[in-house]
Amino acid sequence: MIPLSHFLIIGACLFSIGLYAVLTKKNAIQVLIGIEFMINAAILNFVAFGKYDKINGGGQMFALFAIVLAAAGVAVALAIILNVYKHFKTIDPSKIDNLRN
Amino acid sequence: MNAEQVIFYFFAALLLLSALIVVTSRNLVRSIFLFFVTLFSLAAIYVFALADFIALTQVVLYAGGVLVLMLFAFMLSNKELLNAMEPAKRVFKVKHYVGIFISLAFLFILLQIFTERDFSQLEWIKSGSPISKNENTIHLIGIQSMTFYLLPFEILSVFLMMALVGAAHLARKDKKI
Repeated sequence: MIPLSHFLIIGACLFSIGLYAVLTKKNAIQVLIGIEFMINAAILNFVAFGKYDKINGGGQMFALFAIVLAAAGVAVALAIILNVYKHFKTIDPSKIDNLRN
Repeated sequence: MNAEQVIFYFFAALLLLSALIVVTSRNLVRSIFLFFVTLFSLAAIYVFALADFIALTQVVLYAGGVLVLMLFAFMLSNKELLNAMEPAKRVFKVKHYVGIFISLAFLFILLQIFTERDFSQLEWIKSGSPISKNENTIHLIGIQSMTFYLLPFEILSVFLMMALVGAAHLARKDKKI
């Protein structure tokens, strides 16, 4: 039986790694991977707490919802990245600094 | 230490190690493929939280869908990107220090909370009924998604269609809006 706090600690480490990627990476795809790590850490917490909630199944249901939302978000974000690449010829987030004109 | 714990900590170590390599690697292809390893070991950890259906969904949706999408995005924006990654300056910039500092501070706060507050002593966790090991969680999820969580389920389906239409609209060829 694995104690609950170990799941939470793993989730915290994963979240911080994702945060680091979001803050420092110079490539939009890697920033996206960082966001995915953060979402996955949240889902891990949902699942870890959902183990104790058999009657409503809230943890597992919302973990499922979050996975589907993240997948849809990735599809849209990658479409945006491709458009940005077509327009600016780079996907470095710090170089993309002008709006329509 | 029994077999369950050994396997759990093995996968936890694999998860954190591969996640660290993903974010520190300079090679985008390597980091995308290691992302695959991270998602798989996360699915293994879900199994230990007795969420086998979530683990399967993780493998199918993330490892199957998201990863292929990322590889496609990488290949479609490929050439400039590899050139941009090329200057391998070994010196750390200020930005990196700030990033490391903020994420370590965040980790510290989270760990502080998790060690100070014992979540397994919460009222609803102690009084609630945990899922036992030979329970059929898929059965449970099926019933719940058609009764108690019907509204979020339906909203999710509408949202998925919106995301599909939006992604197709964003990625189309002609620029006339």
